[in-house]
Amino acid sequence: MDLTFITQHYPLYVKAAVLTVVTGTIGIVLSAIVGLICALTRYYKIPVLRTITVIYTELSRNTPLIVQLFFLYFGLPKAGIVLSSEACGIIGLTFLGGSYMSESILSGFQSIKKAQIESAESLGLTRGQIMRYVVFPRAAAAAMPAVSANIIFLLKETSVFSAVALADLMYIAKDLIGMYSSTTESLLMLVIAYLIIILPISLLCSVLERRLRRGGA
Amino acid sequence: MEGLKIVFEGNNFLRLLSGLWVTIRIALISIGFSLILGSLLGAAMRMKSKAVRAVCRAYLEIVRIMPQLVWLFIVFFGIVRTLGINLSGETSAIIVFTIWGTAEMGDLIRGGFESVPVHQYESSTSLGLTKFQAYIYVIFPQAIRLLIPNIINLSTRMIKTTALVSLIGVTEVLKVGKQIIDANRFEAPNAALWVYGTIFVMYFAVCFPLSMLSTAIEKKQKKLSA
Repeated sequence: MDLTFITQHYPLYVKAAVLTVVTGTIGIVLSAIVGLICALTRYYKIPVLRTITVIYTELSRNTPLIVQLFFLYFGLPKAGIVLSSEACGIIGLTFLGGSYMSESILSGFQSIKKAQIESAESLGLTRGQIMRYVVFPRAAAAAMPAVSANIIFLLKETSVFSAVALADLMYIAKDLIGMYSSTTESLLMLVIAYLIIILPISLLCSVLERRLRRGGA
Repeated sequence: MEGLKIVFEGNNFLRLLSGLWVTIRIALISIGFSLILGSLLGAAMRMKSKAVRAVCRAYLEIVRIMPQLVWLFIVFFGIVRTLGINLSGETSAIIVFTIWGTAEMGDLIRGGFESVPVHQYESSTSLGLTKFQAYIYVIFPQAIRLLIPNIINLSTRMIKTTALVSLIGVTEVLKVGKQIIDANRFEAPNAALWVYGTIFVMYFAVCFPLSMLSTAIEKKQKKLSA
């Protein structure tokens, strides 16, 4: 173990970690938005949109992210659409995450009993009010565990971004292994960097989940 | 369209398929190992000993916290370095996916064991079965039946994740695709679009039927239990 190597090169990892977190966060937020829209179209059974959503969900869930990224990064430019590595990563993650989020959010919506909505209607609440005060808070609580599992899953998936030349943590680690053959140090820093990113989020999610279970049910 | 022609020219399509088989073979072998080891892990997680449960739990969390790609790097680059063993990309991949699959499978199977009602355990004890016999003949067959949809889902996940092995130098479908694109750089400059499009469709053709199957089984089980 060469400590000077670590002190010399850790700024590279910090930079890469920031990139991983930023692209990951943007991708996850966009996934949640796409997922919410898809879940709503399926919950309210909006005719044509619903079919499109189902096709999209199946396409996205049954193909690996790396293949999606290769298509975006190497394939699309041949059709005249040139995307940067960052854009590819974010679009790819959103394409993948959108379907996972939509499934989780939809099951949140579906967990609400019909009687609840009917009671709200009989109380004279408008459709918007029912959505705002009855459906949404309960659905959010019910979907929370699955959504947080998705967040962690998607954060981990960002490690594939290195395949489309995004200088993320994997990319830096591979670079350093290749240049200095400092395998142990590079891998150690890689593991630590991912732990620093994922561990707090995973702990936060399990705390939130426990709290929801105590308060919600 | 000349890009699409390239996909079907000569034995290109066959080469892509055999590339796909490389990753699927890795996935199948790992799924097999994971089922066996995962069953043991699942049973271990239900042991009375707190220490055993804590070790299992720790194993599960440690495996889950890291991206699979990081594990591939650790085994492929790290093991070679620290232990001096030279592992091929394929072997490394099988090791990593077995370790990961065992963790996920173990957690599933633990859940399955828990879903079997207590009286089943009690009845088997009162029949004079040993704990081992009870698990083999009574609990396991019931648990596994309920878990089939989840196991199929995990298998599709593993097939999808094995696509990562191209990043540790295994010549699988993405690598073969790149070779085809490079070989036809001048005749078919837009081959990348079609080749990667084809690979996308290939993965879909493998995973979609599996997903459908698991949904169908799940629906049937729900109907039966309702």
